[in-house]
Amino acid sequence: MPKQYRDSLLALFVAGFLFFNYPLLALFNHTLLWCGIPILYGYLFTVWLGLIGMAAWLINRSK
Amino acid sequence: MLDDKIIILSALAYIGILFAVAYYADLCARQNRSIINRPVVYTLSIAVYCTAWTFYGSVGRAASTGIGFLPIYLGPTLVALVFWLLFRRILQIVKTQRITTIADFISSRYGKSQALGGLVTIIAMIGIMPYISIQLEAIAISFAILRQYPDIEAVDIATTGTLWLDTSFYIALLLIIFAILFGTRHIDTTERHEGLVAAIAFESLIKLLAFLAIGIYVSYVLFNGFGDIFAQAAADPELIKLLDFSAIPGGFGGWLSLTLISMAAFLFLPRQFQMLAVENTDERHLRTASWLFPLYLLVINLFVLPIALGGLLLLQDYPVNADTFVLALPILGQQQELALLVFIGGLSAATSMVIAETVALSTMICNDLVMPILLRSRRFRLNHQTDLSGVLLAIRRISIALMVILGYLFFRYVGHIFPLVTIGLLSFAAAAQFAPAILLGMYWQGASRIGAMLGISGGFLVWFYTLLLPFSGWLGAEFIEHGPAGLTLLKPYALFGLTGLDPITHAVFWSMLVNIGLLVLGSLIAEPSIFERVQAQRFIGNTPEDELLVWEGSVQLSDLRTLVARYIGQERTDKAFSNYARRHQITLTDTQQADPALIHHAEQLLAGAIGAASAQVLVSSIAKGRRLEMDEVMTILDESSQIMRYSQQLEQQARELSAAYEEIRKTNARLRELDQLKDEFVSTVSHELRTPLTSIRAFSEILLANADLEVKQRNEFLQIIVSESERLTRLVNQVLDMAKLESGRIEWDMQKLDLRQPLQDAINATWQLLEDRHIQLEQKIDEEPIDFYGDHDRLTQVFINLLSNAAKFCPEQEGEIAITVQCQDSIRITIRDNGPGIPEQHLQTIFERFHQVSNQQAGKPVGTGLGLAICKSIIEHHQGRIYAVNNADQGACFVVELPTHDSVLAQTESNV
Repeated sequence: MPKQYRDSLLALFVAGFLFFNYPLLALFNHTLLWCGIPILYGYLFTVWLGLIGMAAWLINRSK
Repeated sequence: MLDDKIIILSALAYIGILFAVAYYADLCARQNRSIINRPVVYTLSIAVYCTAWTFYGSVGRAASTGIGFLPIYLGPTLVALVFWLLFRRILQIVKTQRITTIADFISSRYGKSQALGGLVTIIAMIGIMPYISIQLEAIAISFAILRQYPDIEAVDIATTGTLWLDTSFYIALLLIIFAILFGTRHIDTTERHEGLVAAIAFESLIKLLAFLAIGIYVSYVLFNGFGDIFAQAAADPELIKLLDFSAIPGGFGGWLSLTLISMAAFLFLPRQFQMLAVENTDERHLRTASWLFPLYLLVINLFVLPIALGGLLLLQDYPVNADTFVLALPILGQQQELALLVFIGGLSAATSMVIAETVALSTMICNDLVMPILLRSRRFRLNHQTDLSGVLLAIRRISIALMVILGYLFFRYVGHIFPLVTIGLLSFAAAAQFAPAILLGMYWQGASRIGAMLGISGGFLVWFYTLLLPFSGWLGAEFIEHGPAGLTLLKPYALFGLTGLDPITHAVFWSMLVNIGLLVLGSLIAEPSIFERVQAQRFIGNTPEDELLVWEGSVQLSDLRTLVARYIGQERTDKAFSNYARRHQITLTDTQQADPALIHHAEQLLAGAIGAASAQVLVSSIAKGRRLEMDEVMTILDESSQIMRYSQQLEQQARELSAAYEEIRKTNARLRELDQLKDEFVSTVSHELRTPLTSIRAFSEILLANADLEVKQRNEFLQIIVSESERLTRLVNQVLDMAKLESGRIEWDMQKLDLRQPLQDAINATWQLLEDRHIQLEQKIDEEPIDFYGDHDRLTQVFINLLSNAAKFCPEQEGEIAITVQCQDSIRITIRDNGPGIPEQHLQTIFERFHQVSNQQAGKPVGTGLGLAICKSIIEHHQGRIYAVNNADQGACFVVELPTHDSVLAQTESNV
């Protein structure tokens, strides 16, 4: 896999690690509901889906 | 109606389907039409990560901590993203080194240490046992709940009767049979089990579908979608706490530590390592798994929180453990097919874990624990029983049964008091103890076996003390509350006074601290041996290459074949050897001696079956002579390099000696030359001194003897005496001058002067001489004064010398001397005569001491030969140059070049 894709995946890893932890996580630490979904729950699953999507896109590009 | 028989039949039918899938896959594999060689199948196989814990336990944990169940799946997501970077290397090592288990991997990295492999195996056994138990527990509880349909009753495991009536016991037996049938049918040199993988992948699919079914049912049938559930939860003051971090034990710190240990567990749990690395068929599958596996995790976790909240909202009046909401809810809604599907899904999740884990563990126990012990007994080794593969298989089958039974016992007598997830995390924390040794070992050459052993043991002991011991309840509540024998600093949940952390985070912190600390310290103190370093290089280096072939000694091919066949079977051995022969395009006859490459290949074949460490021991036992220990190889290399260094030193010394000799020879020649010169000088000087002295004496005697000489004649003689005295004086002065100049003892009287002055003085001094010889003097001297800094008298001496030389060599009557002075970048004074000139070869040498140019006209050497040498010394002291050239037409020309005052100043300044 070309270097830039490996680096991007590594960056994705780091980004994921940051997004999934304190302090970014603390920003969403409220019991509010947004469109009926608790924001913490929504935030986590949205970021999760985003990471998966980006990874899939990057990997398909690298082939 | 849902009664016992139907449930049991459904379960059996499902397991029957599993058998069929596995059998079909094995069949295809034997025909080389592998069905598992697809990225999707690979991804589903590693989804064995999601067990009954995910199926039941996550909901249970969500019901008490809200989103706190999630880090266990976020960790593996992050790891999967960097699969290609991180895991690919591990995969390559596993393939090239024929590594079969995680214990093998660690032992191999640290010098094929059998002790380390054994340690890892024991830790794995103890650590995974609780994990197996919760799977059995889940099956038991789910069965117990389902059979009460349509009622929802409390289920107390203790009341499920004796052993023989306990369904989970029978399920356990069934699992043992399944695992044995599909995990230990034969000893394969690569430890791959296609049927097993197919079954696991199938089960991952079933559990996903079942969970989605219940999720959709709860969200859209029991409620009106996500919005409804969350709105209702938010309205409840108790439930609202589950929507943020407030209910999560350990807060953000606990969240982080869960993420980290789940990352480690995802890679290093025995079943994970088996599915990820050992069973992998194509490394490119890693790329797809990078995003597909996180997607699987996301989908299966999407409904966990809604289900949990739904259960809390709807099942408040029922004595149901939250771990079992996924079953209780469809029962509540009177959906018996769905409930059965959920039961099957849970069964699928639990069985996949048990099968995969026990197969992996059994391989470990056989290769890394039992085999090394057996091999130590010579009797075993020398036993010429033809087929030992049966023994190996038996060991593995017993191990499988052992692990399942241990897990069952743990569940019956200990585990059922805790929620599923808590027990599961216990195992995660145990698996995490392998991470430092592996990860550090992949990047740091200096990580040594001693360090790894200390680290892993230390971490395990801390884990044992802070988790297993208090959880098991053996030492009672006193132990937890007040520490052992009242030592509060050693409280298992608050070691050294560290409070405020939940037990899992607390244990992870201390065990990792001790583990990593001892690993690093141990590696720094006890450095890796040479063989360890070689192994490390294979793990760390960029491309795994073939081993150094350092087999010494020989073994007959037939013996080698027999040895290998004893462990992997005759048929496979023959196939492997003929493949090898074909690949290397050689023919193998049984009577020939096996070459090192072949011995190495045989070792690898064995390693696939019994582990690298044991294989090495075995092969070395039959190779006549022995495998050179790495240390020995290094010693030999060391000695040779020492010898080389020594001989290099000798060569250098010889060179130095010859250079010194050359030096001495030259110096000697020079000294002889100088000696000769000295002799010449002494004889010349004494001759020169004697000549005027003789004259003086002679004439003085004459004068004394003849008192009545004519005045004219007397004056003439006196004049001669005077001039000879002068000559003598001059000579002595010159010699003294020379001596002083040479020794640097002369005192220079340096002053600012006009260079024309010494020149003029010189002209005046030699005027008479020029007149006497009728020499015409031409002067071209600047009008301007020439600033100079020097010794006036010495300079005058130089010019007098040059002029008198010129005068001496000019022809009588027709002599012409021309003096020119130029002052541009440097001061240039030339004195030309029209004498005979100077022979080419002497142009340089006339400035040397004692050199005398014979003047044909004079008949004998004129002067001492010192004059020009003195001039040269003086001019050079003034940083100038003096040399002689022959004129184009006739005569010689002496040139004096001196630096101008300014350039001298500049130089002095730059020298300061």
